[in-house]
Amino acid sequence: MTDTLSSPRPEASHSRADNGQPLLEIRGLEKRFSLSGDFLEQLKFKGGRLVREQEHVHAINGVDLEIQRGEALCVVGESGCGKSTVARTVMGLLHPSAGEIRYAGERIDDLSTQALMPYRRRMQMIFQNPYASLNPRMTIQQTLEEPIRLHHPDWSRQRVRDQVDEVMASVGIAADWGKRYGHEFSGGQRQRIAIARALAVDPEFIVADEPISALDVSIQAQVLNLLMDARRDRNLTYLFITHDLAVVEHFGTRVAVMYLGRVCEVAPTATLFATPRHPYTQALMSAIPRLEDERPQHIRLEGEVPTPVHLPSGCVFHARCPHANARCREEIPRLIARDDGSQVACHGVEEGRID
Amino acid sequence: MTTQTSPQQAPPLPSRWERLRDSYLLYSFKRDPIAQLSLLVFVVFVACAVLAPWLAPMNPYDLAQIDILASELPPFWIDGSDPAYVMGTDAQGRDLLSTILYGARVSLIIGFGAVALQALLGVVFGLLAGYLGGRIDAFLMRLADIQLSFSTLMVAIVVGALVKAIFGSATFSTYAVPLLVLIIGLAEWPQYARTVRASVLAEKGKEYVDAARTMGLPSRRIMFRHILPNTLSPIFVISTVQVANAIISEAALSFLGLGMPETHPSLGSLIKSGFDYIQSGSWWITLIPGAVLVVLVLVINLLGDWLRDVLNPRLYKG
Repeated sequence: MTDTLSSPRPEASHSRADNGQPLLEIRGLEKRFSLSGDFLEQLKFKGGRLVREQEHVHAINGVDLEIQRGEALCVVGESGCGKSTVARTVMGLLHPSAGEIRYAGERIDDLSTQALMPYRRRMQMIFQNPYASLNPRMTIQQTLEEPIRLHHPDWSRQRVRDQVDEVMASVGIAADWGKRYGHEFSGGQRQRIAIARALAVDPEFIVADEPISALDVSIQAQVLNLLMDARRDRNLTYLFITHDLAVVEHFGTRVAVMYLGRVCEVAPTATLFATPRHPYTQALMSAIPRLEDERPQHIRLEGEVPTPVHLPSGCVFHARCPHANARCREEIPRLIARDDGSQVACHGVEEGRID
Repeated sequence: MTTQTSPQQAPPLPSRWERLRDSYLLYSFKRDPIAQLSLLVFVVFVACAVLAPWLAPMNPYDLAQIDILASELPPFWIDGSDPAYVMGTDAQGRDLLSTILYGARVSLIIGFGAVALQALLGVVFGLLAGYLGGRIDAFLMRLADIQLSFSTLMVAIVVGALVKAIFGSATFSTYAVPLLVLIIGLAEWPQYARTVRASVLAEKGKEYVDAARTMGLPSRRIMFRHILPNTLSPIFVISTVQVANAIISEAALSFLGLGMPETHPSLGSLIKSGFDYIQSGSWWITLIPGAVLVVLVLVINLLGDWLRDVLNPRLYKG
């Protein structure tokens, strides 16, 4: 299996030459979704005058992230904090409202569909719900052949088939599954097929949007290990979206914690789990149930996550933060690098008020 | 290393015939006598229409075979009938059975042709509107609204009358079939466009479409290769209803004198030609083609009903 695995990847070596530069760089990324409908629905009478009113959901508000080659960056955060939006914007499924995305130094968020094609091959996505991510009217063989044919139109029929066989074997599915349809398989099997589809074009970067949350617990570990093996064998870089902290500890090399569309802390996994700095991260970590805890010391956060329609001023976390002061209510904190390799966006940590 | 397990074994793949035999479609068909009867009648109709040149005792289009002296003969069960004309004859002396067979053929051609045109326009516009959204969606859907605000018959009457006035009755008669297909097809495409658009909107949000987009597939391929096959069941269902509707529209137009000419009658124009004689006792010229039309439309509608029940997952999966 080893020689078939290494042969069809001619471009992988040259793209890894430019070291030091992050593979993916996100700068000041923002994404707003309009709530107000079309132009006519935005017109309102106010005080006898016709005014145009627009409301937006601020899904992500200025996210900065860097992903180095070969690492597995996990993005965690509660529901609605914008982690999936980051993934979909990176993959070009959504257009960012502001900010830029660079892939291997090249800006990709404003490229045309045609100019994006080489990056489509290098970046692939794995989706959350394996029941929806396979086209129900296509056989597995068709599903897997489609991306290969698209990106390698010059390949012979036999070569395409060989590539499909290779990728099916590498995710542990039998070659005779090819003639079947997606609905004939269980969730774990389907997710393997979806992973095979992503790996079929030999990508170097994979965005995985909660790829195991929809799976049975007994299958989750299998699929997670499959993703880790693929990372090792194929030199993959991951942007891994999840809300499962156990998965993060097992899988991630670095972790980014998001809250209400902002990154509050980025740190190497071990550092983050050992010494969380940001008050939100600390609360999050304290919520992990542990066997040895007889009297768990949860940090209780007051109140609810504010609505992303009307963002709070200053730090998005200030209303629930036990350490917030006047500066937190006015000034938006930036990510500041620390000596232990982490970056924290918190005035309190910067000033040394919080240890 | 729990992942690199040996490839999992799956049960043997059923053949195409086995899949059909085990399908819910066939299962429900076998338990629905109305559907069986409707399909039987429909198949008989189509077979008769297709084989009309061989089945019919005479060719009603051939003037040499028509005997004007044998006009208005009653069907066989009434005194004064001629055994050569089982269903009697019409006012021009054409054998009614032959004329009905040929007429059913014309009606079915127009019905299916118009529906094919509606489906083509409606599917393309519906896919474009649903998938691309935005201004294209707004434009196409407003166009559909405008189109629907004119009734089919009104559009058909205006277009038919215009063509007749501009090119003359002779030209209209020569191109009556393609013209009727065009008129009825153009008047009813919004039915398809709306249905397809609704299904596309539902499918578009599913992750397999996102997967196809992240792959870099062109929109055309995503629309026709990925989304369209998943919107086929509602298209099938409205198609059956629309065939029946198109046949009725054609019959109505012919009855108004804007459809098929008397020399190449459809069921509708046969009904019309006999209508003048209904008072003089020759009721069969109108009533027999009328009954045929009703039965034809009824079985198509019954089949459509059955198909809608079978393909509606809410009715059998719950």
